[in-house]
Amino acid sequence: MSDVVDEDQDREELPESSRIEQQSALGTLATLRRGLELSPEIKQGLALTMALAVVATVGRVVIPFVVQQATDNGIMAEQGVDVRFVMVAIAIAAGVVLITSLAQYFVNVRLFTAAERGLATLRLRAFRHIHDLSMLTQSTERRGALVSRVTNDVDTVSMFVQFGGLMLLISMTQIMLSTALMVIYSPILALVVYVCFVPLALLIRRFQPMLGRAYGAVRARVGDMLGAISESIVGATTIRAYGVEDRTAERIDVAIEAHRDSGVKAQIRSVMAYVSGQAFAGITTAIVLVVGTVLAARGSLTLGQLLAFLFLVNLFTMPVLMATEILNEMQNAVAGWRRVIGVIDTPADVSDPEDGIIQRRGPITVEFDGVSYAYPGGDLVLRDVDLRIEPHTKVAVVGETGSGKTTLAKLLTRLMDPTQGRVLLDGDDLRRIAFSSLRERVVLVPQEGFLFDDTLINNIRFGKPSADDDEIALAVTELGLDAWIEGMPHGLQTQVGQRGESLSAGERQLVAIVRAYLADPDLLVLDEATSAVDPSTEVRVQRALDGLTRGRTSIAIAHRLSTAEAADIVVVVDKGEIVELGHHRDLVWAGGVYTRMHASWAAQQAG
Amino acid sequence: MSSASAPVPRPAATPAVLRRGLRVIWSGIRSQPRPTAVAVLGSTLWAAATVGTAWAIGWVTDRVIEPAYLNRSVTAGGLWLIFGVLFGVLVINVTGVILRRVWATVAGFNLQAQYRRDVTRQYLRLPLSWHHAHPSGQLLSNAHADIEATWQVFNPLPMAIGVVVMLVIAGTMMVMGDPFLAFVGLLVFPGLFLANIVFQRFMSPRITQAQQLRAEVAEVAHESFEAGLIVKAMGREEEETERFRKKTHELRDSLILVGRTRGVFEPVIEAIPTLGTLAVLGVGTWRVSRGELAAADVVQMAYLFSLLAFPVRALGWVLAEIPRSVVGYDRVQGVLRAEGSMPYGDVRLPEVSGPASSELRDVVYSHEGEEQPTIRGVSIDVEAGSTTALVGPTGSGKTTLTNLALRLVDADSGSVHIDGVDARELARGELPAVATLVAQQTFMFDDTVRGNVTLGADADDESVWEALRIAQADSFVHALPKGLDSVIGERGGTLSGGQRQRIALARAIWRKPRLLVLDDATSAVDPSVEQAILAGLREAREGMTVLVVAYRMATIMLADQVVYIEHGRVVDRGTHGELLQRCKGYANLVQAYAREAAERAAVARGEVRDS
Repeated sequence: MSDVVDEDQDREELPESSRIEQQSALGTLATLRRGLELSPEIKQGLALTMALAVVATVGRVVIPFVVQQATDNGIMAEQGVDVRFVMVAIAIAAGVVLITSLAQYFVNVRLFTAAERGLATLRLRAFRHIHDLSMLTQSTERRGALVSRVTNDVDTVSMFVQFGGLMLLISMTQIMLSTALMVIYSPILALVVYVCFVPLALLIRRFQPMLGRAYGAVRARVGDMLGAISESIVGATTIRAYGVEDRTAERIDVAIEAHRDSGVKAQIRSVMAYVSGQAFAGITTAIVLVVGTVLAARGSLTLGQLLAFLFLVNLFTMPVLMATEILNEMQNAVAGWRRVIGVIDTPADVSDPEDGIIQRRGPITVEFDGVSYAYPGGDLVLRDVDLRIEPHTKVAVVGETGSGKTTLAKLLTRLMDPTQGRVLLDGDDLRRIAFSSLRERVVLVPQEGFLFDDTLINNIRFGKPSADDDEIALAVTELGLDAWIEGMPHGLQTQVGQRGESLSAGERQLVAIVRAYLADPDLLVLDEATSAVDPSTEVRVQRALDGLTRGRTSIAIAHRLSTAEAADIVVVVDKGEIVELGHHRDLVWAGGVYTRMHASWAAQQAG
Repeated sequence: MSSASAPVPRPAATPAVLRRGLRVIWSGIRSQPRPTAVAVLGSTLWAAATVGTAWAIGWVTDRVIEPAYLNRSVTAGGLWLIFGVLFGVLVINVTGVILRRVWATVAGFNLQAQYRRDVTRQYLRLPLSWHHAHPSGQLLSNAHADIEATWQVFNPLPMAIGVVVMLVIAGTMMVMGDPFLAFVGLLVFPGLFLANIVFQRFMSPRITQAQQLRAEVAEVAHESFEAGLIVKAMGREEEETERFRKKTHELRDSLILVGRTRGVFEPVIEAIPTLGTLAVLGVGTWRVSRGELAAADVVQMAYLFSLLAFPVRALGWVLAEIPRSVVGYDRVQGVLRAEGSMPYGDVRLPEVSGPASSELRDVVYSHEGEEQPTIRGVSIDVEAGSTTALVGPTGSGKTTLTNLALRLVDADSGSVHIDGVDARELARGELPAVATLVAQQTFMFDDTVRGNVTLGADADDESVWEALRIAQADSFVHALPKGLDSVIGERGGTLSGGQRQRIALARAIWRKPRLLVLDDATSAVDPSVEQAILAGLREAREGMTVLVVAYRMATIMLADQVVYIEHGRVVDRGTHGELLQRCKGYANLVQAYAREAAERAAVARGEVRDS
């Protein structure tokens, strides 16, 4: 990410607005509502699914009810066992089992299908939106954390829907049905049950946010732990070169312990929440028996009715316990959902304009009109820059570290928008040009051009997906890099490894250059694109690029002033302002900033 | 976060896998005996209390409720008895659940923590060549997801053990009540077990596939976000989204398939105990009608049965976890058993403070899996106190040579010496104490600036500032909000490339090494800063031997000796002047800019003359 933030910029000072929200601030219900809005597929056919769920639930209540009837009025019948009654009841129950199972199957399938479709949409939206966020916004979060927003966080929701969604639906319906039955059997006892469960409801409301926080803490600890462990992997060379294995191990152990402790702590809370539900259920049973005994003693309830009611209480408390457990789990899923929504609802401050202008390809004029830029919450890094670059010009931007030259490149390629003023291409404000048109005409080659874990040729093809193998081979030859490619174990088919790490830094830069050469833009912006390449290769590539840029406009930002010497115009940036402008041979004797810079460059070159 | 994991087929719950799974569980129990024992004790209490509830209700019905109903009166004592008995059973039940669930979690998390410690110790111990052969995403997934998968089984395990206890209690009660009816009823359990096995058979490969696709989705996302800048710069958002969409939709379809399978089996597994209850009722009624059985016995039996129906599924949960656990265990063992550690000798270098000499003799080295060696017989002699520059075109093997000189990798043949001692004979930690590398790719720890310079060693601020000053890093560190205590993020993400390089340089300088190796360590800083750094080093290099990879003339000019390398071979060595005279490749390389400038000047003169 080094190239994202200009030198000497301090990101810790960024205000909230440009950051990706840790998670959306929505409450549980609002989260669910927004979540459903983003995954409309979940709602499709939900009415039928619900109806089927009711059928499945009716079965879950009816079966034990029939069994209980068969027991009370068949086997335990006062006039002796009634075999016929029992058999009919069993046959009915078996039939209901069949219907219930079928209904449950359809509910399962419909729910999973709808949910997975909806969540796939959510995943894609989040992914695309992350790419649409400006580099500055993207850089406010660790990349691993960004990835987890489109993977782990969505998975949490998916797993919840797969394991908990159906049960929650069924439990809720069962609670309602068994309540109705209880009221029919004995309104007084039903009231007793509900009075007993009110405190539980209140308790659950208190437990929920506690659990939410505990799960949140576990998530954060997992992130820390992965970060610490990844140091032992990514930093393997440094750790060995400095012999700091023991210290690294200690740091990892601290993170592992913290994760374990947070996990155990969250589990204790969840157990407490579950157990309190269980305690309430048990106490309710006891109280119902006590009150029922009193009622029975008064003669307002028969023994059979009391036992039947006890059975109903069980039908009621089971789904309540189940629902409590699922609601606790849901905190985890809602936390995940919030994080995904958080990223989707982060505004993209540099966005593709609606009805953007599609520009014609060809010679290009670039204009900076009173452009100023400040990183959010920071001082101005560019101050009121006016600059006009005619077509067919080769420009070199030079300046000391932190002078603002990289900012210039980023504004030009619209990786950021100016705080004040306008950047114009052929007279059109950059903010009004469609991204598709802009990216076709203007290409940036950054210092660290990322390579994908693929072959050389496919990495080059990234610059122009439609290019065939011959076109790519030709580009390599034109840049004078064929000898280098031939030295590779499998030529253009050589695998470059993760992030291109099988290649040296200089070789990675060469791939990035070929990539841009192939893309063939009207304006090429090179930001320290050859800093790790050896001088003779650099000169060779530079010459070939001149071939490319002849007739085009190119803007190169470079530490090596050989680039400036070869440019038509040198733009000297100092402390956020353009202090000198002109050809090398004029500036070198002007006695200004450029003269000083060139002197120190020349001193380095002096053989 | 499991990314880049190799596709490992997950075995179904075959008897062999079951056996291995039980072995994994047993090894876990052995290393966590106490928490497991407490959890199993809790589970037993819970099982007893669950069966006990049925018994308690029957008991109070007999003793209190029925007499109350018949006598139309009840005493307060009677009511208290009802409440007391039920409450007592409840307390046992709740205690059991707490013990079971909390200690099962403790055991599981302890096992995870222990294995993570072991695995990361391996990461720190194994040689770099091993690291190069294993993608970092996979290693991260081994340390996290695989270990989690291995020990997840400890969550349902105690409950399953409790269920077995419950089955034994209830089974005994049933058999004592009526063996015939008990037989009918207990037939359900093998049926349930069988259904579970069939379920796992179907489910395992599908879940494996989904798991694999999850990893692939993560991989695409990770790479794509890492490529964020280039995706933006080239306007490839649509293509990247398409790449992600393909994988996401594959995952979606695979998860829907998993859902369908669950959809079939879940109702079946739920229906089996219910059908069992109905069977018990039917057969029971038939026998009651023939006078072979009391009606109350049938009712009690049916109740016991419905009580068992739900907990019995815990056995299924364990069965479901076992294949996952076995695969996770195997993958973790792959890391724990990895061989090829870097052997160390026991020679210690005398504690002197002067510069150290470094020597490479006939070194040959090839990267793993490549037939052609990268380094083909290189000998370099760096005298104590001297400065040697390694120069060569892009990709000629300079970085590999610096790694060899510091024994970050071992040569295939030939040897590396420090102060005349073969580096392989040195004791662990000896070499880092003497020699230090500033790599081309800088790595920052997620730590403060101070921590990144001292790497945890005790240091006074003055020495840290002094190192930062030589590395030209003092001014921007001063400007950070907390100075030396500012935390610099993941891979030094809050700093620019040039700033990170300067901190890395300060890290090396602070240690006052006797041998300093710089691998193009100033590529991202601008010329004037580089000049200042070189000037600082020139002062500091008293008492230091320096080996430096360089392109720039000013750096090369610091060297007493220049070694020119092409294609992993030393082409020539000598002073800069000598090489300029006699080595064409070298002259071409270092004079490229000057020649270019001269040609341009000539062209310009020509243009002037023409006009």
